[in-house]
Amino acid sequence: MELVQTLAVILDSTIRLSIPLLCAALAGLWSERSGVVDIGLEGKMLIAAFASAAVAHHSGSAWTGLGAGMLAAVALALVHGFSAITWRGNQIVSGVAINMLAAGLTVILGNAWYGQGGRTPTLEGPARFAELDLPLAGTLKEVPVIGPIYDIAISGHAAPVYLAVLALVLTAFTLKHTRFGLRLRAVGENPAAVDTAGVSVAGLRYAAVVICGALCGLGGSYLAVSQSAGFLPQMTAGKGFIALAAVIFANWRPVPVLFACLLFGLLEAIAIRLQGVVLPGIGQVPVQAIQALPYVMTVVLLAGFIGKATPPKASGLPYVKER
Amino acid sequence: MSAAPIDLPRWADTALVPLVSVAAALAVAGLVVLSIGESPLEATTLLLKGSLGSLEGLGFTLYYTTNFIFTGLAVAVAFHAGLFNIGGEGQATIAGIFAALACLWLAPLPGLLLVPLAILAAAAGGALWALIPGWLQATRGSHVVITTIMFNFIAATLIVYLLVEVMGKAGSMQPETADFPRQALLTPIHELLAAFGLTMPSTPLNTAFLLALASLVAVWALIYRSRLGYAIRTVGANPRAAAYAGISPARIIIVAMALSGALAGGLAVNEAMGVQHRLVLDFTAGYGFVGIAVALMGRGHPVGVALAALLFGVLYQGGAELSFDKPTITRDMVVVIGGIVILFAGALDGLFRRLVAGVLNLGRGG
Repeated sequence: MELVQTLAVILDSTIRLSIPLLCAALAGLWSERSGVVDIGLEGKMLIAAFASAAVAHHSGSAWTGLGAGMLAAVALALVHGFSAITWRGNQIVSGVAINMLAAGLTVILGNAWYGQGGRTPTLEGPARFAELDLPLAGTLKEVPVIGPIYDIAISGHAAPVYLAVLALVLTAFTLKHTRFGLRLRAVGENPAAVDTAGVSVAGLRYAAVVICGALCGLGGSYLAVSQSAGFLPQMTAGKGFIALAAVIFANWRPVPVLFACLLFGLLEAIAIRLQGVVLPGIGQVPVQAIQALPYVMTVVLLAGFIGKATPPKASGLPYVKER
Repeated sequence: MSAAPIDLPRWADTALVPLVSVAAALAVAGLVVLSIGESPLEATTLLLKGSLGSLEGLGFTLYYTTNFIFTGLAVAVAFHAGLFNIGGEGQATIAGIFAALACLWLAPLPGLLLVPLAILAAAAGGALWALIPGWLQATRGSHVVITTIMFNFIAATLIVYLLVEVMGKAGSMQPETADFPRQALLTPIHELLAAFGLTMPSTPLNTAFLLALASLVAVWALIYRSRLGYAIRTVGANPRAAAYAGISPARIIIVAMALSGALAGGLAVNEAMGVQHRLVLDFTAGYGFVGIAVALMGRGHPVGVALAALLFGVLYQGGAELSFDKPTITRDMVVVIGGIVILFAGALDGLFRRLVAGVLNLGRGG
C-alpha cells in the first residue's frame, strides 16, 4: 500500500513536470514535420508565460491569461514564419533571435510594469488554474492500486494538463488520419511534390508554425498560471530545449513524444526528490548527473549509437519554387 | 519574390546591408524604450556618455568588447566552414574549468609560464567541447546545432557539480573556486599604462584585450591568407566541390569547430583570469549568444566582428550606466537588441538585401 502511494506521488509529479515538455515537444513536432526547424520553442514558452501571468493578473481570469499567452506565442511564431518561410532565412538563426528577444523583453517589460525584478504579481483565486477533481476520484480512492493512482496521479491536475493530453490525441489523429495532416507531413518531406499537386507550401508551413505557437503558448501559460503563481524571469529554464530533445528522441512521432516527455519528466522528478539524499552504498547522488541525462541521451541517440534519428527530409530547407 | 539571388555591389553587400539592418534593430529597440515610457533620445545620450564619455567608461566598454570579440570570432570561424556553433556558452564554461584547474594545480609555477599555460588550457577546454560535436557531425552525421545546444546544458550542469562538490572554495557557500595565485592573473591595462607614466582610472580592462586584438589579426590571416583558411572557406561554400578538390570536409569540420571552441575559450580567459580572479558560476552570462549577433553583423570578417563587438561593448557598458539613471531600462535591453540584430542581420537578411537593392536601383533611375 505504502509503495503504491509513493509510486502514485512520483507519477503525479512526473505528469506535472512532463506537461510543459509535452506541449513544447508537440509544438516542435508540428513545426518540424512541416519542414520548419524551430529552436525557438524556449522563447515562445517564455513569452507565453509572461503574457499569461500579466493578463491573468489584470483580468483576474486564468483562462483569459491562457488566451493571451497563446496569442503572444503565436505572434512570435509568426515572426519565425515570416523570416523562415516568406524570406527563406536561416531557421536556426531566427530561432536564436526569438529566444533572445523573449528572454530580454519579458524581463524589461516585467520590470517596467511591476518593478519586482521582472516578476509579475502573485496570482490568486480564479486568476490561477484550480486543480480539477475528476469524477469518482473520491469514490475510487479505496480501491487497491488503481484507486490511489487514479486519485493522486491522474485526477487533481489543472485544466491545461488535460488540454495538453487532448492536444496530443488531436495531433496524433490529425497528422495520421486527415488530409491536412498528410499534406503537412508531405511538405516536410518533399515540398516540391506538394507544390506540384497545387497545394500551397507556404500556406501549410504557416499553418504548422501557428499551431506550434499555440502549443508553446499552452505550455508556457501552464508554467506561469498553474504550476507557479506568476511569472519569474527565465522560468522556462531550458524546457524548450529538452522538448526539442524529446522530439528527436521520439523520432518526430506524436505518441513516442509523450513517452519521451514522461521519461524526461520522471528524471526531473527523481532529481528533485534525490536532492541532498544520501543513498546507502552510493553516497550522495549528484543531482546534476540526472539533470544532464536528457541532454547526454539525446547526443548519444543523435550520434546513432542507440537507434537512429531520421528527421523529416526537407526540414530546415527553405522552399524555392522553381521557375 | 524571385528565387534568383539579389545582386548587390560589394560595398553595399559588406557595409550597407549590415548598417541598415543594425539601424533598423536600434530603431525597434527605441520603440521598446518608448513603450515603457522613456525617451529614446535621452536614453541614447546617457548610453553614449556612459560608455564613451570618460576614460573609465571607455575601459569598461573595451572590457566588454573583449568578450564579444572572442565569442564573435568563434561563431565567425565556424560560419566560414558552413557550421553554426551555438555552443559558445558551453565551450567557454569548459574553458573556464580548464583554466581554473591549470591556475590552481600549477600554482607554484612563475607567472611567465603559468599565464600562457592557463590560456592554452582554456583554449584546449573550449576546443575539446566544440571538437566533440564537430567530430559527431563529421563522422556520425548528428547535426552540430543540436549537439552544441545539448553540450551547453551539459557544461552548465557540469560546472555546477564541480563548483559545488569538487572544486569549490573550502568553507564557502558560494559556488566558486579559491582565488587564483597572484602571478596567474592578467595585468590590468591601467597598471600597464602606469608603468609608462600614463594614468587611467581602474577598470576591469586587462591584457586579454590585447589577446583579443591579436586573435582578430590571427583569424584574418588564417581565414583569408592560409591554406587551411582556404580549405575552411571551400568546405563552407560547397563541401562536395571541396571533396572533389581533395579537401576532406570531415577533417575541416573537426578542425574548424576546434578553432571555434578555442576562440570561445578567450571569454573564460578575460573573465576568470582577467577580472574575477577565480572561477564563478554563470560567468558566461549570455556573451556566447550575443557572439552570434556580433558574427552575423560583422559578416564573419574580423574587421566587421571588431566593429560589431565594439558596438555591443558600448551597449553593454552604456546600458549598465543607463540602468543607474533609468532603473526601468535594465541591461536586458542589450539582449533584446542582440535578438533583433540576429533577426534582422541574420534571418531576415534577404529582406534587407532586397530593400537596399530597391533603394540603390531607385537611385540609378531604374
